[in-house]
Amino acid sequence: MNVIETSGLRRTFSTRRGRVEAVAGVDLRVEAGEIFGFLGPNGAGKTTTLRMLCTLLEPSGGEALVAGHDLRRGAARVRERIGYVGQQGGSDPQVTGRAELVFQGRAYGMGRREAVSRAAELVRALQLEEVADRRAGTYSGGQRRRLDIAMGMAHSPQLLFLDEPTTGLDPQSRAHLWEEVRRLRERGVTVFLTTHYLDEADALCDRLAIIDQGRIVSEGTPDQLKRQVAGDVVTLGLTGGPETALTLLRGQSFVREGTTGEGLLRLYVDRGETAMPAILRTLDAAGLELETISLARPSLDDVFLRQTGRSLRDRAA
Amino acid sequence: MKVLRDTGLVFNRYLLLFLRNPAWVVIQVVQPLLYLILFAPLLKSIAAMPGFPPGGAYNVFVPGLLVQLGLFGATSVGFGLISDLRFGIVERMRVTPLSRLSMLLGRALRDVVTLLVQALIIVLCSLPFGLSLHPLGVVVMLALLALIGLGFASISYALALRLKSEDAYAPLVFTATLPLLLLSGVLLPMSLAPAWLRAVADANPLSYAVDAGRQIFQDHIGDADVIKGLAIMAVLALLAVAAAARSFSRAVA
Repeated sequence: MNVIETSGLRRTFSTRRGRVEAVAGVDLRVEAGEIFGFLGPNGAGKTTTLRMLCTLLEPSGGEALVAGHDLRRGAARVRERIGYVGQQGGSDPQVTGRAELVFQGRAYGMGRREAVSRAAELVRALQLEEVADRRAGTYSGGQRRRLDIAMGMAHSPQLLFLDEPTTGLDPQSRAHLWEEVRRLRERGVTVFLTTHYLDEADALCDRLAIIDQGRIVSEGTPDQLKRQVAGDVVTLGLTGGPETALTLLRGQSFVREGTTGEGLLRLYVDRGETAMPAILRTLDAAGLELETISLARPSLDDVFLRQTGRSLRDRAA
Repeated sequence: MKVLRDTGLVFNRYLLLFLRNPAWVVIQVVQPLLYLILFAPLLKSIAAMPGFPPGGAYNVFVPGLLVQLGLFGATSVGFGLISDLRFGIVERMRVTPLSRLSMLLGRALRDVVTLLVQALIIVLCSLPFGLSLHPLGVVVMLALLALIGLGFASISYALALRLKSEDAYAPLVFTATLPLLLLSGVLLPMSLAPAWLRAVADANPLSYAVDAGRQIFQDHIGDADVIKGLAIMAVLALLAVAAAARSFSRAVA
């Protein structure tokens, strides 16, 4: 069963320089119970898409079903069924974590007593016991993020949206948060998250879509995506720039595909071990001087590179 | 009644937050108190001038002071909302089924309550200076102030949601409130003004509120000016609430 289904979802913004198409027709299927990742560089349209799916932003066009309800006609129904954790979190630094959780429960229609007991449950579930009665402004980054997630789960939604959940967290807090997200999946919650971290998408997500310039360029499990790239990647740095070498090597039978970017030449080959000597011989014969050469199994960054011609790793820093 | 329940919920949240910093109530009262102590005595000598309304300097000055308090208090609430926007609080509430009207009303009613407390402080402090007022007058004046507070707080919230930053909000609010105040005869009654200035002031809804306040403080509670002032502020408040509630449902935080 699909928890999210969109077709041709679009969003344009009017700016001083004219109309900008932030999301240019997105088709998505997110299945119940999976962790679905939306991977892309800053400004790719991840957050805009997520905000549309959460009823925060009206789509300029297209259709979307979220948690069984039409986004346009049933926004109120959608809101009752989804949880949302935005980039800024949403807790007031002056308010205690527990008070925020109680308010959140009540905002979803719970009575006072029910909201208080649900807040206590969430405090336990997200290990906030020690800090629950302190003001949120005193929390560490990881604690605040756990509070944010607890708020998003106040009404036990079956679908939780997380916008860049680990941005700005230290590695340990990130690892904790990943565990938290996996625990949600174990309880049957579908998680839709955006990230510009490759390792996060790779390690955490069951399936993901790669988005660039408002369009989905690739979709599948991390393994499927990496397999699309096929074989190994040989990266070459050449004294005279990559273009001549690309023309030369593209014709070779062992090279499936070659791309250039950031002054480097990337060759996608079936077997790196046998391709490397052949590459070296070809370059040598043509008198091209080699500076660096490296061999790698494909990563999600290679998938991104292949689809867009740019590296996500450099841009995400 | 979901709207009532949700409004109560939001109102409680913001009232509690306000009570955590009670210093604000006092800080906002200091300025009008300074006017009362350092400026109002000047009026005593010109109260005898032709064109100055009857009833004593303080009965003429204090209603204007209260309207000024209302305007300044209500237009400063946008800053709090901008800070909420930055923390993602507005966005987080907009994803819940909370009524959009309640998200506005809960806040604005909190602002009205604090304004009324402040107004009572000013009225009480004015009594030793020679202000005389019927208790019913106090009630009607507070009702007028409540409408002013509700209207202008709503306008502030709508502006804050649109502008999203203090840098844009502050200059706009400061440049807009000063002419509004000067053209409402807050400091000196418009009856002293030349004809052209009076004509401009007639276009300012706030001047009707000040006129109404002065009549109330003359114990002319049934006066047509009082009805007119209340009616104009009520219409303004209604329009402002409708517009601001719309902003809450559409805001892109």
